[in-house]
Amino acid sequence: MAYLLVFLPLIASIVVGFFGRFLGDRISQLITCSFVIISALLSIFYFIDVAINSNVYNFKIANWVSSGSLVLNWSIYIDTLTSVMLVVVTSVSALVHVYSVGYMSHDPDKPRFMSYLSLFTFMMLMLVTSDNFLQLFFGWEGVGLASYLLIGFWFKKPSANAAAIKAFVVNRVGDFGLAIGIFLIFKYLGDVNFLEVFKNISSLQNKNITMLGFDSSIINFICIFLFIGAMGKSAQIFLHTWLPDAMEGPTPVSALIHAATMVTAGVFLVVRCSPIFEYSPFVLNIIVLVGATTAFFAATIGLVQNDIKRVIAYSTCSQLGYMFFAAGLGAYHIAIFHLFTHAFFKALLFLGAGSVIHAFHEEQDMRKMGGVWKKIPYTYSLMIIGTLALTGFPMFAGFFSKDAIIEAAYSSKSIFAGYAVAIGVLTAFMTSLYSWRLVFMTFHGEFNNKHVDYNKVHESPLVMILPLVFLSLGAIFSGYIFKDFFIGSYAVQFWNSSIFFLNEFILHHPPVWFLIITPILVIIAIPLAYYFFVKNKKSLDSFISINQPLYNFLINKWYFDELYEFLFVRPAKKLGSFFWKKGDITVIDGFGPDGFAKIIKIVSDKAVQFQSGFLYHYAFVILVGLSFLLTYLIIF
Amino acid sequence: MNLPILTIIIFLPLIGVFFLLFNSKNDKNENRANQISFNVSFLTSILVFILSLVLWINFDSSSSEFQFVEEKKWIINFTKYKVGVDGISILFVVLTAFITPICIIATSNSVKVRKKDFFIALLLMETMMLGVFCSLDLFIFYLFFEAGLIPMFLIIGIWGGIRRVYSAFKFFLYTLLGSIFMLVAIIFIYHQSGTTDIQALLKFDIAANYQYWLWLGFFASFAVKTPMWPVHTWLPDAHVEAPTAGSVILAAILLKMAGYGFIRFSIGFFPIASEYFAPLIFVLSIIAIIYTSLVALMQKDMKKLIAYSSVAHMGFVTIGIFAFNSQGLEGSIFQMISHGIVSAALFLCVGVVYDRMHTREISDYGGVVNTMPKYSIIFMIFILAGLGLPGTSGFVGEFLVLIGAFKANYLVSFFAATGVVLSACYSLWLYRRVVFGEVSNENVKSLKDVNKYELFTLLPLVFLAIVLGIFPNIILDTISVSVENIVSVYNSKILITQSAIR
Repeated sequence: MAYLLVFLPLIASIVVGFFGRFLGDRISQLITCSFVIISALLSIFYFIDVAINSNVYNFKIANWVSSGSLVLNWSIYIDTLTSVMLVVVTSVSALVHVYSVGYMSHDPDKPRFMSYLSLFTFMMLMLVTSDNFLQLFFGWEGVGLASYLLIGFWFKKPSANAAAIKAFVVNRVGDFGLAIGIFLIFKYLGDVNFLEVFKNISSLQNKNITMLGFDSSIINFICIFLFIGAMGKSAQIFLHTWLPDAMEGPTPVSALIHAATMVTAGVFLVVRCSPIFEYSPFVLNIIVLVGATTAFFAATIGLVQNDIKRVIAYSTCSQLGYMFFAAGLGAYHIAIFHLFTHAFFKALLFLGAGSVIHAFHEEQDMRKMGGVWKKIPYTYSLMIIGTLALTGFPMFAGFFSKDAIIEAAYSSKSIFAGYAVAIGVLTAFMTSLYSWRLVFMTFHGEFNNKHVDYNKVHESPLVMILPLVFLSLGAIFSGYIFKDFFIGSYAVQFWNSSIFFLNEFILHHPPVWFLIITPILVIIAIPLAYYFFVKNKKSLDSFISINQPLYNFLINKWYFDELYEFLFVRPAKKLGSFFWKKGDITVIDGFGPDGFAKIIKIVSDKAVQFQSGFLYHYAFVILVGLSFLLTYLIIF
Repeated sequence: MNLPILTIIIFLPLIGVFFLLFNSKNDKNENRANQISFNVSFLTSILVFILSLVLWINFDSSSSEFQFVEEKKWIINFTKYKVGVDGISILFVVLTAFITPICIIATSNSVKVRKKDFFIALLLMETMMLGVFCSLDLFIFYLFFEAGLIPMFLIIGIWGGIRRVYSAFKFFLYTLLGSIFMLVAIIFIYHQSGTTDIQALLKFDIAANYQYWLWLGFFASFAVKTPMWPVHTWLPDAHVEAPTAGSVILAAILLKMAGYGFIRFSIGFFPIASEYFAPLIFVLSIIAIIYTSLVALMQKDMKKLIAYSSVAHMGFVTIGIFAFNSQGLEGSIFQMISHGIVSAALFLCVGVVYDRMHTREISDYGGVVNTMPKYSIIFMIFILAGLGLPGTSGFVGEFLVLIGAFKANYLVSFFAATGVVLSACYSLWLYRRVVFGEVSNENVKSLKDVNKYELFTLLPLVFLAIVLGIFPNIILDTISVSVENIVSVYNSKILITQSAIR
């Protein structure tokens, strides 16, 4: 059954990918949707079996690589952590599949799209069900490939192609880190199977090496490189630049890959490797720092963006930051809990945004929307639910997970705990602000679109609304229902050794004033956003004009793209040209083969002149030679 | 088995050539004559391929000894004809036998003139290459190694592009120059040991102070052939000018002779010198990977881009060999096989569009996917295999090399791994400019998708690139015992010398 769970999406992808044209659109959609839905049902089954009944499964499919002491299998490993991911991946994927039937109804390449979606699902399943680092790496790059294909799905758009390549290459930088981490593990432990590595990792404690001029413990190096991999996939600061651009892809893709599943793989990796990270307080601190900074920085950018999808993308980036700093504080289970709830409400928001974009005939700029909440009531109310859940409005899903993170930060002893608390609260406020800004700009105020007639704005078909309804149920209830399992009284039994705590994780209960400060800020932000973005836009404009440099800094996304263009892209191209024109052509060929050829030609040209054919030339040379010889003989 | 199967495999193509010579060119019936030449050569090469598979099936991979050894007297008191294969060379034999029929089919579109002669050159080439991988005598090895230059020289020089003469001479003289040093080294080895028998020499300890010079002599030849930076510039030129089949042979097999040579001779004969010079190899390979990847990024010519990427990929091979551990060595052998498949396929892919558009300039393309969807899928698979995506053959080789190199020296692996990022850049950028986007060139609009000949050449390669990525043990099982043997012999020899020094 586990085989079916994992391979059904692959089969669907292959069948539809290669024979989609013969099968037709309807059958292609039917195959992919039904296969992934079956897969989702199986995951729920496994979730119950593994998480509630405390079973662990490890299926060995086949031997993959065996080279010397390196022996690896294709495998399916299901413990609680995996089963949570399975549920998230397959259920969101199934809903996105169904939604895509409606969303892509005008696209000529439906089978190809469905095939890519299923391929992605398969790769993600390979990633989370791996029992070794290499299969994880396979899934890791595989989802990167699927993401590349899907971002560039509309291959005629140059911007989509550029974004696709950017996503792949930036991810590869992260993968580079992950690979080095795996190499380190293999070098010092001689194995890359999770169970073996986790069992033996404590033997590396207090062993130091010098690498790249730094002297530190081996575990620190392993962790830092693994974390670089996680940063790439999960779009943390410095390696985040691909995520906003990835919004060039069709919206269902953004919901599935760039919100609910793939980008959370980094968090999954850190949590999966908790037995390693627990021995590296140093790197855990770095994770807190990076996570918190990302949460803050992405939120600031989210405040000013005008593209509806980019706002949500930055919001994703920011929420991933939350997950990371939770993990960095040692609260791995809370990180996964936030990952779990986030998947529902963020997918809901993206798909809702897709519905809005659909209603406005492929318009993504929020400045060209507004005032349509009466025309698209379902989308509107579902988006409200998503927003409430994201901002952590009391009793919605995000409330339980996000506040738990902030509480964890409060009770942590990490040196960056204070920083994390401050950022956590502040970012929660900003999250609420930009989320409501999005809602108000999109649905309220005046109708600002010049191309689409107000009366032509229409609600999406049922096939698109229905998945949203399911997701909204998750966005409302997933926090309340599962909090006891994930982070509450049943947590120990629930996780069942799939997460490792070196020291028992204790959540101190902070004072009441602290507990209510975040919800209050979150609620205050609503009228504030209404005032600035609907009621009195002029005050906002004047605020912007006073703080123009800051505004420019934010709207240009902290100038990261420009910086990277300057630091990496242009020098690489210049170096490439330089090596080619100057290195290869001028120096190597110039002094090497071509140079030699030239010299030989010159020498032979000279030598040719000796054979002039005139007898007196020869006679003269003979005479000169003879006289030299005689002189030589006489003198010596 | 008494059947001299290796000799049959090696010289069967020559018999094909013999028949081709009798197929006189009749002007009235040129098509028919061409068809007959094609049939003869294709059948010959398929037969060789089948025989090589028989060889592989009968090969005992649990032994590191040379198998199917044949020995005949040849020049009395000097050298003898001796062939045999072990777990490493047998794979190259199979690879050669597999690639040649593909090349023969690939000529049907790309070669227009003197088809018969082209087939003769190809079959001659096959004999020489098979000979290189099978010979167990240095002298025979050298003969095959050098004689292989001639048909390749002709292939580039006669059927090549506009600058074919320049490229052909550059290729020929460059490699010849390198090989002369090897010849000197071989003569010296004979002088020292009194034999040219490779099996005997592998057991013979050459005095340490000679090893360095002899190593350099072999290195000169192999470095050019690999090619390593900075003696790589002949390769882009040769590839660009060579006809598709020529590029395929060049990339898939000819380059592998050098990697094979490094493993067999440099490590086998001169372990002390190999250890001594390993840093040199590492540095040159790292430069090759980063430098040529950057150069590849800026290329405007598709074939040149792939040629430069070949240099980078071969950089991984040399790193893996000189990591001296089983992952590194197995990785580099796997990488060679994989590169043989993938680069061959990439050149075939370029050939497909070149035959239609008669240009290799990337900027002349764009939006090819609109008219050639099947082609685009196939090309994509090879681009991905080229950049080492897990699940394709390219990944296993690269990953094993890097993991092996990391064990030996983490910095090497660290720098080499940056090549993985760069290869993603140039490959995907190439693909984007050629395949994606709107159709900008009128000629692209009228392109026809791959025909059945082309599918016939490409699909087996697609199959292999994926199957080897998922079940690499097909290869690894065959080589592992031989590699373990090489590693252990190497280590013991190094240990002995080190203890002797102390």
